[in-house]
Amino acid sequence: MAVTLKTTFFFQSKAGGGDSLPRIKPFRFKAPMATLSTVPTVGLSETFSKLKQQGKLAFIPYITAGDPDLSTTAQALKVLDSCGSDIIELGVPYSDPLADGPVIQAAATRSLARGTNFDKIVAMLKDVVPQLSCPIALFSYYNPILKRGVEKFMITLKDAGIHGLVVPDVPLEETGILRKEAASNNVELVLLTTPTTPIPRMKAIVEASEGFVYLVSSVGVTGARASVSDKVQSLLHEIKEVTSKPVAVGFGISKPEHVKQVAKWGADGVIVGSAMVKLLSEAKSPEEGLKELENFTKSLKAALL
Amino acid sequence: MAGNNLQSTISVHGRTLYPTCKLLNSSKMLGFSLQSRTDRGLIVCSAVGHNTLNSDELGLRNPTRTSEILELIDQGEKTLANSGKFGRFGGIFVPETLITCLKKLEVEFNWVLHDPQFQEELSIALKDYVGRETPLYFAERLTNYYRNKNGEGPEIYLKREDLTHGGAHKINNAMAQAMLAKRMGRKSIVAATGAGQHGVATAAACAKLGLDCTIFMGSIDMQRQSSNVLLMEHTGAQVKSVAGTFKDATSEAIRSCVGNLQGSYYLAGTAVGPHPCPSMVREFQTVIGKETRKQAMEKWSGKPDVLVACVGSGSNALGLFHEFIRDEDVRLIGVEAAGYGIDSGKHSATLAKGEVGVYHGAMSYLLQDDEGQIIGPHSIGVGLEYPGVSPELSFLKDIGRAEFYSITDEEALEAYTRLCRLEGIFPALEAAHALAYLEKLCPTLASGTKVVVNCSGRGDKDAGTVFKYQHKMEGEQEQSE
Repeated sequence: MAVTLKTTFFFQSKAGGGDSLPRIKPFRFKAPMATLSTVPTVGLSETFSKLKQQGKLAFIPYITAGDPDLSTTAQALKVLDSCGSDIIELGVPYSDPLADGPVIQAAATRSLARGTNFDKIVAMLKDVVPQLSCPIALFSYYNPILKRGVEKFMITLKDAGIHGLVVPDVPLEETGILRKEAASNNVELVLLTTPTTPIPRMKAIVEASEGFVYLVSSVGVTGARASVSDKVQSLLHEIKEVTSKPVAVGFGISKPEHVKQVAKWGADGVIVGSAMVKLLSEAKSPEEGLKELENFTKSLKAALL
Repeated sequence: MAGNNLQSTISVHGRTLYPTCKLLNSSKMLGFSLQSRTDRGLIVCSAVGHNTLNSDELGLRNPTRTSEILELIDQGEKTLANSGKFGRFGGIFVPETLITCLKKLEVEFNWVLHDPQFQEELSIALKDYVGRETPLYFAERLTNYYRNKNGEGPEIYLKREDLTHGGAHKINNAMAQAMLAKRMGRKSIVAATGAGQHGVATAAACAKLGLDCTIFMGSIDMQRQSSNVLLMEHTGAQVKSVAGTFKDATSEAIRSCVGNLQGSYYLAGTAVGPHPCPSMVREFQTVIGKETRKQAMEKWSGKPDVLVACVGSGSNALGLFHEFIRDEDVRLIGVEAAGYGIDSGKHSATLAKGEVGVYHGAMSYLLQDDEGQIIGPHSIGVGLEYPGVSPELSFLKDIGRAEFYSITDEEALEAYTRLCRLEGIFPALEAAHALAYLEKLCPTLASGTKVVVNCSGRGDKDAGTVFKYQHKMEGEQEQSE
């Protein structure tokens, strides 16, 4: 019963666009006893094509699994989904994240210190993914994937209902085996292009990328920045000249103004990471963090309207 | 000898034409004759234009190579030129943002290898500033110590890298790369250091060349090797503390570089990292091996029989070994840190206990747990504490060209004292690991075998540590009596 009530509430708030419904009792996010079978989620590319038909941009938040703990992550995934996220990126914590700035680094360290590991993340996902309406893309560094075995890793993803994967420290030349195993398990391997990538190389990356093209907005590691670089506009233009695949912009985006700017420049999606992770990490309690996450997501989504 | 015109119209860093230059006929004092470099080491990369030198014309290559190992080494060099890999090891596993920058670095590096002007400047720097060539010293009392009852035993020579400026072999690479960075127009240098020797070397080179310098060092290491921190600061370098040890400092240094690719230059201290870093560091350290060959010829008209070096990530080992990898009659022995014991879980013996994985940009052996998370290693030789290892050493291990063993903290501490007492030389605790292996090695060698041990650094920085250990041992002995 409680489960059904919760679902209705979520749908109503989406349409209403605000928290206008009076609450009968205090809300407590609890994992439902039975898994709700919603419509099975579609993959990343399909999500983008649907949004394109509706003339909308994809909103893609990122959070690190296990920070502050896996049950909060499970709740956060549901919150993000219910607030209208179109795809959710979930980071697998790693001991030496080269591409990440202090916020996500710290989240990974805390998560690992709590004993988060890949098996636990997968177990949580198997429970939560059937309850989500949007697809999940995993974000993982290469060594943990290699250790497990690329084939085994992809099969695990498929079994958990994960639709996409981003591996930031594998260059195009080394993606062969990842792409092969991902393809046989219906996982879309998203590749990254950056402001330092020369056009011929960008073309090759864009050609090989599946799901969408991840455009890194600035030269540096992840982390909120004051503004989005103007270069993103010309980079988007260059990419769109060579492909019709959707392009999502990430790194540094943390405010509704950034989202609006990037949308105006012609991006098909925006990715917001460190800002999300920071909210969860700085909150006084997980419940408060989830509440702030909800508010923040709504404000960013509103900028896309 | 064929003349060689090297010209490129590729615009790199705004330069469109490189001057034509002829290869030098005479070999320089340090053996930087370019013809041998074309034969071995990096092949000129395709962006620069194909090497016009035919190896037959040089008369250097022996056409009748039948050995399997030599074939594997040849293959290794080919994969290196094509994809930056030594066999299956190495490569470039970094975020896309860094790829173009690394490719530019590779082109630049290939240029300096064939630029006589750079080579000349580098040899002057190595001679007048670094203090090369370092002696190949016959350690008579150490040799006598290892003689058996019949007076038989190998002859022990020490390659005195501890006598270079700064006190360790690190300066060979730091000076060369700082010069390379300056030539590329970079204004600020970023580096990470473990024991502090690479930090001191980089800081010194930057002071000499007028470049800004930032050194990242683990907070734990800063306490253990505080004298080096002071030296760095005296040269004007900024020392930034990173929670943890060398591996964390390295990650942080790379991150800080990613944010400023045009202006800053990451100066790799050891032969790890994405291509071309391992090759660059090895190439700049190979002066150790080249000198050793020359000095061995002068001293006993022959080659060394066994080379022994400590292995943290591999820079001093490769510096000594690389020159001799095609000399199959020369045994190459690397000695890693077994810390509290190879099965204790507290060690840094990557080649002994690691598995192949990707770390800091390269595929290599790596100390990792079941999840693929990187394990923080331990050694009393702070400079040996690194969970990864050079991809080139991983390759040499795989093809069976080099042997690897390990030595515990205790054995290294004893070796430190032994060398002090027998020769009046203070080895760095890192180098003491190589010296400690002599205990096991010498009884197995035929009399008169020529053994060269790379004394990769000096141990003033470790005197306190050794003293504390001796004190502790004496205390325990008294208690048990």
